[in-house]
Amino acid sequence: MSRGLRLIPIILLVWLVIGLAWRLIKPTDPAIPSQMVELPVPAFALPPAVPTKPGLRSADLADGKPRVVNIFASWCVPCVGEAPVLNELKRRGARIDAIAVRDTPDAVAAFLSRHGDPYERVGADTNSQVQIALGSSGVPETFLIDGHGVIRHQYIGPLSSANIPGVLEQLEQAQ
Amino acid sequence: MIAEAGLAALWLAAGLAAFQFLLMGLALRSQVDVARPMRAVAMVQGMLTLVAFVMLLLVFARSDMSVALVYANSSSAKPFIYKVAGAWGNHEGSMLMWVTILAVAGAFVALFSRRTSERTLVAGLGSQALLALGFYAFLLVASNPFARLFPAPPDGQGLNPLLQDPGLAFHPPTLYFGYVGLSVAFSFAVGALLTGEVDSRLARAMRPWVLGAWILLTLGITAGSYWAYYELGWGGYWFWDPVENASLMPWLAATALLHSINVLAARGALKAWTMMLAVIAFSMSMVGTFLVRSGILTSVHAFAIDPERGTFLLALLAIYVGAAFTLFAVRAATLKEGAPFELISRESGLVINNLLLSVILGIVFLGTLYPLFVEALSGEKLSVGAPYFNAVAGPLALILAALVGIGPLLSWRRERRPVFRQLTIPALLGVSALAITIILSPDIGILPRLGFTVAAFLAAAGILPLVGRNPLRAPLATWGMAIAHFGISVALAGMAANAAFTSERLAIAKPGDTLKVGPWLVQLQDVTPTAGKNWTAIEAELRASRGEGPVALKPQTRYFSEPPTETNEAAIQTFWNGQLYTVIGKADPSGGWQLRLWWKPFVTLIWAGGALIALGGALALIGRLWRFRRRHEAAREWRKERYA
Repeated sequence: MSRGLRLIPIILLVWLVIGLAWRLIKPTDPAIPSQMVELPVPAFALPPAVPTKPGLRSADLADGKPRVVNIFASWCVPCVGEAPVLNELKRRGARIDAIAVRDTPDAVAAFLSRHGDPYERVGADTNSQVQIALGSSGVPETFLIDGHGVIRHQYIGPLSSANIPGVLEQLEQAQ
Repeated sequence: MIAEAGLAALWLAAGLAAFQFLLMGLALRSQVDVARPMRAVAMVQGMLTLVAFVMLLLVFARSDMSVALVYANSSSAKPFIYKVAGAWGNHEGSMLMWVTILAVAGAFVALFSRRTSERTLVAGLGSQALLALGFYAFLLVASNPFARLFPAPPDGQGLNPLLQDPGLAFHPPTLYFGYVGLSVAFSFAVGALLTGEVDSRLARAMRPWVLGAWILLTLGITAGSYWAYYELGWGGYWFWDPVENASLMPWLAATALLHSINVLAARGALKAWTMMLAVIAFSMSMVGTFLVRSGILTSVHAFAIDPERGTFLLALLAIYVGAAFTLFAVRAATLKEGAPFELISRESGLVINNLLLSVILGIVFLGTLYPLFVEALSGEKLSVGAPYFNAVAGPLALILAALVGIGPLLSWRRERRPVFRQLTIPALLGVSALAITIILSPDIGILPRLGFTVAAFLAAAGILPLVGRNPLRAPLATWGMAIAHFGISVALAGMAANAAFTSERLAIAKPGDTLKVGPWLVQLQDVTPTAGKNWTAIEAELRASRGEGPVALKPQTRYFSEPPTETNEAAIQTFWNGQLYTVIGKADPSGGWQLRLWWKPFVTLIWAGGALIALGGALALIGRLWRFRRRHEAAREWRKERYA
């Protein structure tokens, strides 16, 4: 066996130890960036979730103006906490659409009359297919979409009032 | 007082380990014979560590909340068996168990090993002591299991409910015995490289340890796989999770070592390679321990991340493995290769086995650590999952399994007989299995289909070494080999059936609804609350039928209060031809319940195969030890007669 061959295990070990030591010094960040950001919204067409409002189609999201798409459900407790934040965003000029996940028209209507209704359109995603296609794994989640129908940001979990300036700024940038 | 006694025993053992290492240095520098004191010190060191571990068991059994570790991992409301098992269901306790097994294994080597030269034994025991010393230092400096709390809290914080399962009581210790049993092979290899005595005597001394460790690793992995299957409620038996891979890698290395060591024992060949494997096998155990204990990889087994402990373990790993590799690089050239062999011979068969196992090991190793290295180099985050491992390791494992049927038929050195003729029947069986799967289920994937083919071939080829001879006269080791190889075909058939024929159903059901999964009709009859000693639960009553009498299943979602956790208790019903696996999930707003149902034909064969593989190993081990004992006694008789 040549000398070079015999040294290979040691060289591999050194690399392994350096790699592991690096990870120990710099622990991994549990937040995983969304794979959908910078991609166009997948094509979909959802029926209205409440009779009083139109449903949501992917074409509606490419009308030249940036918009917010909120994924929520009437049975979702954190969504109740998020509702005032969305109302405030609407008051400050954000255009907000929504997707109601696994919900019924009565329950959505009750939710909107009780917690405020910032939405222009609400699509009913009764079997979560659109939610999954968007790369969302739970409720609530919020997507910022630019005028060309491209996803620019994804917020996982409820928005808080601390997010409001950031969201408005990002909508501004997405013009 | 108990905790203090344990700590004192640990300090003493550490001192003795250091002394043992110095003794080895003395023996290697001069020609002083230190074998007798070395053996004695190794035995006392093992006993002291055992005392420390028993003390830890005692403080857990008595729920002594003034010990920080008990407070953090136990509660007085827990069933007794889980109180005791809690001793090793945490970082400090499991590391103490690790070093206990290491030191006790050293003591057993000191007590029983008569096969190698005294010099190699002394060098091996010295190396074992150095291994132990590092882990004593780790326990005493960074993970003291006996640290006290003052004032003592009234009750503990409880044990992770996932671990409150009989599986916990046996799964980790079994794996640890396997991991650490490989340390003896490592120490023997280091000792032999130091003295230059790499020969068949060394191989015979190492073999029972490798075999024993391998049996326990096989059992540990099989049991762990079943535990994950029924306790996690995901219906899978292997997830290619980093911690699972951490147990698979030493197993792959040990399997290769187990085969190459036979070449060294029988023919004196493959010296350098076998020593390398012995070093790698235990290195993989240490890498596994590091990955699990430092928590640097994301895993379902998520244990706490602690940079200080991780750094300590990494330093130990670098020192030990680095030293062994350096020793190997310096000494490997001085090893003379043994008897030559021809292309078609049992030796070449075993070399091919070793190459395939090493490549699979490399694939698993790469896949496990790849995300880490990609993130280090490019900052990109990714995960490597089943698609990679199945696609890359699967075909190689199939080739290996097919060759397993052929290798044992070859004779040592060169094969002149027409052995391949014996394979006619197995080959026909394989081809028939292939034809049957093509006719009956044309839609299944290529890997499961080949899996059935190889399984049918191997089932017949594996037992060929027993055919044509009086089976009662065949050595136990041959029986063991045949059973273990047959076990591979059984497990393979189970995996193929699971991959090809599993039916899954995920649905929202209201009481009274009936769902169809595979050949079964499952009716949700009722959902009721229920309670146990330290948990409350929602329990579904299911009634499953497929023509004959109905079967009742009761899956639960359990809520534990200490610590607050929710677990799924799957209800599994086993039949001769498969398992019905049911899980109840959350309530739906519409008033229904999430139900997940699986029908898994012949899935139990996977674990039955694993058990058969371990059984084969156990038979071989018994055979070897028994034979050695008989020869030993015969030699003694002979000496007695001669000198009488």
